[in-house]
Amino acid sequence: MITQALFRALDKKAIWIVAILLAVAIAVPLSNLMLPDGHPLRLPNYAVPLFGKYLTFAMLALALDLVWGYCGILSLGHGAFFAIGGYAMGMYLMRQIGTRGVYANPVLPDFMVFLNWKELPWYWYGMDNFWIAMLMVVLVPGLLAFVFGFLAFRSRVTGVYLSIITQAMTYALLLAFFRNDMGFGGNNGLTDFKDILGQSISAPTTRAALFAASAIALALAVLACSMIVNSKLGKVMVAVRDAESRTRFLGYRVEYVKLFAFVVSAVIAGIAGALYVPQVGIINPSEFDPANSIEVVIWTAVGGRGTIVGPIIGGILVNVGKSYFTGAFPEYWLFALGALFVVVTLFMPKGIVGLIGQYRRATTKREQHDRTASAEAEAGIEPTNQPKPAE
Amino acid sequence: MNAINLFRTIALFLALMLGATPAAQAQVADAELTVLVDALAPGNFKDREAAIGTLAATGDQRAVPVLEVLLEGELYVDEASGKVVMTAEPGGKGAITDPVTGAELPALTTAGLDKVKVNNGLRRVLRTAIGQMTLLSPDADVRLLAAQSILRDADPAQSKLLDSAIAAETDAAIRRVMEQARAAIVLRSPDAALADWQAAVPVVQAIGGRDAINALTTALNTAPAEVKPLIETALQGLSRDRAVWDVAQNIWFGISLGSVLLLAAIGLAITFGVMGVINMAHGEMVMLGAYTTFVVQEVIRQNAPGLFDWSLAIALPLAFAVTALVGVAIERGIIRFLYGRPLETLLATWGLSLIIQQAVQRIFTANIREVGNPTWMSGSFDLGGLAITWNRFYIVIFAMMVFVALLLVLKYTAIGLHMRAVTQNRRMASAMGIRTPLVDAMTFGLGSGIAGLAGVALSQIGNVSPNLGQGYIIDSFMVVVFGGVGNLWGTLVGALTLGVANKFIEPYFGAVLGKIIILVLIILFIQRRPRGLFALKGRSIEA
Amino acid sequence: MTDKTGTMLYLDGVSVAFDGFKAINNLSIIVHPAEMLAIIGPNGAGKTTMMDIITGKTRPDDGQVLFDGRTDLTKLDEAAIANLGIGRKFQKPTVFESHTVWDNIEMALKKPRGVFATLFYAASTADNARISEILETVRLLNRKHELAADLSHGQKQWLEIGMLLAQDPKLLLVDEPVAGMTDAETVETAKLLREIAKTRSVVVVEHDMSFVRELGSRVTCLAEGSVLAEGTLDQVSANPVVIERYLGR
Repeated sequence: MITQALFRALDKKAIWIVAILLAVAIAVPLSNLMLPDGHPLRLPNYAVPLFGKYLTFAMLALALDLVWGYCGILSLGHGAFFAIGGYAMGMYLMRQIGTRGVYANPVLPDFMVFLNWKELPWYWYGMDNFWIAMLMVVLVPGLLAFVFGFLAFRSRVTGVYLSIITQAMTYALLLAFFRNDMGFGGNNGLTDFKDILGQSISAPTTRAALFAASAIALALAVLACSMIVNSKLGKVMVAVRDAESRTRFLGYRVEYVKLFAFVVSAVIAGIAGALYVPQVGIINPSEFDPANSIEVVIWTAVGGRGTIVGPIIGGILVNVGKSYFTGAFPEYWLFALGALFVVVTLFMPKGIVGLIGQYRRATTKREQHDRTASAEAEAGIEPTNQPKPAE
Repeated sequence: MNAINLFRTIALFLALMLGATPAAQAQVADAELTVLVDALAPGNFKDREAAIGTLAATGDQRAVPVLEVLLEGELYVDEASGKVVMTAEPGGKGAITDPVTGAELPALTTAGLDKVKVNNGLRRVLRTAIGQMTLLSPDADVRLLAAQSILRDADPAQSKLLDSAIAAETDAAIRRVMEQARAAIVLRSPDAALADWQAAVPVVQAIGGRDAINALTTALNTAPAEVKPLIETALQGLSRDRAVWDVAQNIWFGISLGSVLLLAAIGLAITFGVMGVINMAHGEMVMLGAYTTFVVQEVIRQNAPGLFDWSLAIALPLAFAVTALVGVAIERGIIRFLYGRPLETLLATWGLSLIIQQAVQRIFTANIREVGNPTWMSGSFDLGGLAITWNRFYIVIFAMMVFVALLLVLKYTAIGLHMRAVTQNRRMASAMGIRTPLVDAMTFGLGSGIAGLAGVALSQIGNVSPNLGQGYIIDSFMVVVFGGVGNLWGTLVGALTLGVANKFIEPYFGAVLGKIIILVLIILFIQRRPRGLFALKGRSIEA
Repeated sequence: MTDKTGTMLYLDGVSVAFDGFKAINNLSIIVHPAEMLAIIGPNGAGKTTMMDIITGKTRPDDGQVLFDGRTDLTKLDEAAIANLGIGRKFQKPTVFESHTVWDNIEMALKKPRGVFATLFYAASTADNARISEILETVRLLNRKHELAADLSHGQKQWLEIGMLLAQDPKLLLVDEPVAGMTDAETVETAKLLREIAKTRSVVVVEHDMSFVRELGSRVTCLAEGSVLAEGTLDQVSANPVVIERYLGR
């Protein structure tokens, strides 16, 4: 059953994306590690974790797209799942510091010693084990999404209501993680990491490996999302997005469909967060900022929601733009971001992918027109004002 | 010193206000009084005591401040002329005035002044004299103030005087204060009779408040063993009362917070109700309103400082106009193109909020700006055991006025009727010939304008910065979610409930955890009522 | 109206009010297995609200709604009611516009509705044959790969009827099925519904009197939320109250 579903998921587009990602996963580390310094094709050391970060952002945007683009749930709190995944990874990395911390406490991270804590809080137990930490990366965001989604979808909170509630969720978490007594380092978060799986976290090889892991994780996420949206469940998701109550009258439990999408999406976001933290070297409560989550929405929108490739393009493009802008004209970045929100919603609701699709349809239309003027009417070309089908 | 000055001013003020029957008051001629006052300076302490007695015997209330100043050791004599004088500032500095007429005496210099000396014996005599003059004054207000003053100081030396004053007092209210004062004095006298102690405790308890608690707690150490249980019971009763007042105080804080939330949320509620869109730039409208106030005050400060107390009255219509115009511009420029796509509207207005924030930051810098309180909004007053600041008080009043005004607009004006119609059924309203685009624009303008008013109010209780609005936006949404859409009463109840709940949870869990708990409670609440407290019903609502 | 056994749909004393307005007032209706009932009545008579109540969209304030003589529909939600075997076609045709005609039918096809069952669903040959058969019946087979959005109004009506068939329900609630159809299509639809009613119960709400006549079923006329008259079409349309309140003179 599963192999069949997988096979179906590997349509031409998904294969292309996965292939490109795998190629990048190999090429980037190779270029950075194998080529000599000064070679025109060599990627400088700083660029590897930077590009890795973009990939994790792309993954986060893809996660959001699964719920928003396909299921119509505009979550303004996806940054929370990302951050929680990040914190789980951060806890593991904290425990790896051991006696190399400022206070040289073999068990307690520095901030706990600083706060005069005598022992590790229970939820830090086992986080020194990589696999337990990785389990938490998946489990905690998934569980939060499950509980939250269960409550929200069961009571049929939809549309802007749901968006606001998700925003409130991440806001509440933001406030909570700022507190020192939560045991997550308060304001400063978790940082000063030393190594991961025994490898120095700043070594070029580790960074290259993390980059490759990000690219592979993104490829797997693409596969998973592609499998879901191409299944009958994916069709039901789109049906829920377009006509929720009609779907109910067909006998589908809309709340469970949404819950499934929401949990899967949260898990993907959590994994993205876990890959993000070792590459940037810090996780702090600002990742829970509602503004961050809403920024993810614009990445997805810029690329094109309701498509698999769109959010990846958007996540990478907007963040490359952000890196450039905040470097070149820091004071104008927020203007640009604000304008991006307005322009995308007003003029390109389907994002870049939508624009390309429009252009392609226009060209094929012109070609057809050239061939037979009358064939066009018969061909049943989609009117442009109709919603674009899910890919 | 200040307290006494204030006391004096109030006494004078009251006397003037009530037109306190001058006929009843003993008064001697200025010249005669001046002679008696001048007599305070020469001779030894014995002579001075006699002079005080003579002065007090006149019963002239103008002598009271002179004696009080002498008690503080701030009465001076001009060495050359032997004239007794007062100075405007302590330590014999500042303008020199005649103690009787209050007129300035420019001819004298501070260098030629000598202090009229007092010793402890004289101080006792002075206190008794002042007490007599005031406690036995024919003027009831003076007596009351004197009794209250003694109650505050609880000086055992005044005990005898107080007894005679109580015996002579005819006004029940004043006698009660005097008795309280005597009881307070008893608590300070460990060697008082047991019966006096037992009588004093309930009287002090009846005073209530922190003063009574403090007096009783201190007395607990010195009291005779038999009285201690009595005092403990009294203290328990008092702390219960205190707890009740604390609850009242919390409710007040909650109402105050609720009013702020109401102001911030109500504009949001009507735009959401009528148009089904959430304006994420709503908080920025609040911020623009606050900056309008700032600008108005700056202009006033530079050009017409005298108008400062009117700054809010000027800022209100301006803030409304500015934000309403911006609101209409946003609606016409962006939102109308996104009709039927509420999620996109949310995103576009979020983008706008970023732009507005940045623009304000570039114009006014990111620094926090302080907006001044007009005099009538500064300070506070006590209501029973509550301390209420005027600015919060006026904001509560203002919020209620805005609410009522909005209710009236919705109920009795044409645009209000149209807005209600569109809220209930947009398609039908449109079919009935209501120009929904116009209604949308007006609604957005109105909602934004109210946000601007909220900004004026908020500028009075906090600082103004470009991200002022963001602090309120999520809370405002929670109010709308909780209260339900399409009904202003829902917003009112939602805002006040959330405000009060916040302030009740805060003392137990702290502000941050309190906020989190509220958010969780709201999420649980919408399990029961997904559309809020006051939801519209009917076929057209769903879909 | 006391005998509940042997009924497919049993409404007794049902009332619902929206903010004081009584949309349904003490309504009682019975539909037997393999029976067709046509419901007529003026706008605002409560026809659509009645369907909302049966399908779980609206909860009645009062009264009994039973399916198959025993299942209390007022306790269930839309999905549960749909899975019991009650299918509904909406007044305004609602098909999934961003899906193809084929996918619309596939989603409606009577199959396990669970999340994981749907996720791992792979169409069997029998399923495909059934979908083709249904598309043949509603004459959309040649357009099966087109988006539902591109269909005409009448075709969307047909598609929705096709979805109803795919659900294989025991009770069909059909709200104004022939709006936007040509006369020929109307006749076809009536024929199809009569065919369906041989094995299932069908409730049709319609304004088109010639179509109701075509159905040849029992007729109930609703007004202001309760039953005005019942009987054959001739009986009902001869009823003076019905003429007064609905048909007009």
